Amino acid sequence: MSSNRHVVIIGNGIAGVTCARFLRKQDEKVRITLISGESKYFFSRTALMYIYMGHMKFEHTQPYEDWFWEKNRLELKEAWVSSVDFTSKKLSFQADESMDYDVLVIATGSKPNKFGWPGQDLAGVQGLYSKQDLELMEKTTSNGVNRAVIVGGGLIGIEMAEMLAYKKIPVTFLVRESGFWGNVLPKEESNLVSRHIKEHHFDLRLGEELDSILADQNAHVKAVKTKSGEEIRCQFVGLTAGVSPNVDFLRNTELELNRGVKVDFCFRTNIPDVYSIGDCAEFHEAPASDRKHVEQVWYTGRMHGETLGYILGGHQVTYKPGVWFNSAKFLDIEYQTYGTVPARWDDEQNKSFYWEHHSGKVAFRMLMNLQGNIVGVNNFGFRLRHEFFDRAIREQWAGAKVISMLNKANFDPEFFDPYYIEIQQAYKDQFGGDIKVERRSFIQKLFGAKA
Amino acid sequence: MKLIQKLGVILFIIGMAVFTIMPFLGSYQLSEQIVLTNTKEIHQEKMREILAPMYGKSYNSNFAFLSELNNYFNTYNDKLKSESKWEEVIWDDYSFSIAKAAIDSPVREFPMLFFALSIGLAVLGGVFYILPKHREEPPGVKNNGIFHSSMKNRGWMGIVTGTYLILFYIILYWFPAYIVNPVWMVNPISLLLSGNPASQWFLYGAIYTIAILVMGIRMFRKYRGNRYQQLRTASVMFFQTSFAFLIPEILVLLNQPYFDFKNIWPLDYDFFYDYQIDTFLSAGGVGMFMLIWGILLIIIAVPLFTYFYGKRWYCSWVCGCGGLAETLGDPYRQLSDKSLKAWKYERVIVHSVLVLAVVMTLITIINYFSGFELLGNVTNQLHSFYGFAIGSAFAGVIGTGFYPFMGNRVWCRFGCPLAAYLGIVQRFKSRFRITTNGGQCISCGNCSTYCEMGIDVRWYAQRGQEVVRASCVGCGVCSSVCPRGVLKLENGPAENRINEMPIIIGNDSIKVNA
Repeated sequence: MSSNRHVVIIGNGIAGVTCARFLRKQDEKVRITLISGESKYFFSRTALMYIYMGHMKFEHTQPYEDWFWEKNRLELKEAWVSSVDFTSKKLSFQADESMDYDVLVIATGSKPNKFGWPGQDLAGVQGLYSKQDLELMEKTTSNGVNRAVIVGGGLIGIEMAEMLAYKKIPVTFLVRESGFWGNVLPKEESNLVSRHIKEHHFDLRLGEELDSILADQNAHVKAVKTKSGEEIRCQFVGLTAGVSPNVDFLRNTELELNRGVKVDFCFRTNIPDVYSIGDCAEFHEAPASDRKHVEQVWYTGRMHGETLGYILGGHQVTYKPGVWFNSAKFLDIEYQTYGTVPARWDDEQNKSFYWEHHSGKVAFRMLMNLQGNIVGVNNFGFRLRHEFFDRAIREQWAGAKVISMLNKANFDPEFFDPYYIEIQQAYKDQFGGDIKVERRSFIQKLFGAKA
Repeated sequence: MKLIQKLGVILFIIGMAVFTIMPFLGSYQLSEQIVLTNTKEIHQEKMREILAPMYGKSYNSNFAFLSELNNYFNTYNDKLKSESKWEEVIWDDYSFSIAKAAIDSPVREFPMLFFALSIGLAVLGGVFYILPKHREEPPGVKNNGIFHSSMKNRGWMGIVTGTYLILFYIILYWFPAYIVNPVWMVNPISLLLSGNPASQWFLYGAIYTIAILVMGIRMFRKYRGNRYQQLRTASVMFFQTSFAFLIPEILVLLNQPYFDFKNIWPLDYDFFYDYQIDTFLSAGGVGMFMLIWGILLIIIAVPLFTYFYGKRWYCSWVCGCGGLAETLGDPYRQLSDKSLKAWKYERVIVHSVLVLAVVMTLITIINYFSGFELLGNVTNQLHSFYGFAIGSAFAGVIGTGFYPFMGNRVWCRFGCPLAAYLGIVQRFKSRFRITTNGGQCISCGNCSTYCEMGIDVRWYAQRGQEVVRASCVGCGVCSSVCPRGVLKLENGPAENRINEMPIIIGNDSIKVNA
């Protein structure tokens, strides 16, 4: 493998940047260029909401200082790619420039879904994915918005609702499913989140869909119409019904696309020396039984980048994701998940243990197979240790063993209420067996929280 | 803002205005008697002569009085200095005690009234403003609007606040004669506690303690539902009120040496000064206990507790400077500089101060035991340099005055020699670390932004590495503000605490050495 090659990465999100970093670690000589029209320097997309709410400035969301790129000889090109000539290995930019590559990595991420709703392109209607989306939202909501409607109950939707609440803009939340994030969360967890959304005074409409968006005389949104026929006056509409691969500029080329860029487990496309990673890549077959063809979370983007960095560095590896994990924060309630806990499961195949704290804001679910071995967990309102569950799920520990050792899995700060004691007790009451229920230590009794 | 909060702001502003105007009230009349009672015996004759032209005159402002007083005094000294008659120069500064005795003001007459109108209203206003905060919200840390706030993001309010603090410290340390009115204001409290009249240091201690208490209440509101934050806030409130403020005064009332049992050398840089040692040695069993206690803190408590719990046991649970930083300074924690460059400066500066403090103390001790024959007056020069540059300018003026500019831990991070000592133990021999939760970090940057010590926590978190840093004071805020439950302050086995080659969990494709 020639070390004088020029590796060009389109997109400087977590996937592209991780790939560049890991490739640099493998190969001192290779020339690496990161292209982005969105932002010169890499920033954390997941932190956009915090900029809007004044928790951070944009510069705080940049994980590396500005000197980092030059020091590691990662060239940065601020431009939008308009087209790719795969035959002559040349990129064209919108600003009438071009760039040659030897190896191309497409890491262009996602764009918000729009399902052809009437009025979806009106002023005041937008999704939230990019830095430009944030800037637009800041501008649009700076004044004159008396109500906002958010369409789609997912993670970006609830972030957008929290952002608008910061500006004291009342929010109506249209969610197609009968429970919040109901296609991912089991019913109890979904209800927990729904209750918490209502506790924050959001007007949550479950089982309600968007019909159309209505314009005023300036082609600005003035109201939305729901499928049930209601008209809700609003000056801002957030479209947060998921995201899809941002690959439109590659359509109608010899590159094989479906929803995203089709890749194998080495991230190879149908064209030699062209790879794709992150949200915009679509595997020919799912990487694991509980995984999707298109993986659209931060962590998978990072893992794709790590793996491709190794591959381009000359290592013979393929993408093998480990035990699934994810996390989110619903307003004040943190959520983590390890392993597989689908929204619905077959009781013939699985046993479920669910515990909820009397506050209704802390919960734990463990899904087991029929032999009682752990398959996955969901936890809300308290923190669990990744390392512990990665091992427990990989080694298929018995549920009773997991519960008995739950104090070791606890990741809450010191002096917090040790929920694992209640969980152990609840498990023992439900399933019996040889469960050791921990006790509060003297210090915990004296100083610890009792929520 | 709720009505009661608006009222709180108004009361606070009135209180601060009264406090600010207070030094300018009243008139000054000097008499021979005042001069004699407020000067040392060896200077009485001279001072009586020097200030004789002022007797019987009435001065309507502190500026008029002090400029004339200083004028006469300096004329006398300057003449001697120009003639190199160093032995006859009066090195003592009597302006504070003379001004305090010479003033005739409503504050001196009605101290408690003025206390109520200044500190009292400010405290009441502060509490009115703080208590309704977050009332209608579910528990959870909210950093909403911090970077949109003029106060918390170096806007005009921050600049005004910082400037006020800086001026206050400059006047307190170097021009206390101008603020004898506020000192009179707290005089009754001082008499009650120690039986002695108040000094500017008593005034400072009282305001310092009140600031920690009121802003401690703010911490309870802000970090609702977070027991770690609440407990350590309660702890600094307790240690400041009792150990730093009340107990030393009560010791004096009982005719014992003034002593803060939780202050540790080299932060307590004059612990080994000759006059301190003399005080301990002449105060019988209690004095001897204080001396031994202080030494045990240095050689046993610091290494032992830091080994088990990290430096947090002191810096964010006990220390007075830390106490102020964690309460009054909490709104400014996000202003610390996180750059690699700042970290380099930090290491050089803080360890230089430690070396300076150690060298100064060694010379002092050697000098003491050699009966001042070895180095003579050099220690005094060293002490006054250190006291001026480090004790006053760095710890006070910059340490607190720069809260709204460079964050709340400028002193602790760049200057405190004890923090440097604790940090060395924490870095090389301790069970403390901040654990990162596998691969859960999303690099959002909240942890780094809100680290008051300017540690780029995210740099560690996003590569799954434990945070082991000399400067970490263990405030736990990185853990509190993390939206994904990634960070946890932990004490555990010291082996393999520093995982230089961390493996991020979740990707089996490769063994990742980030």
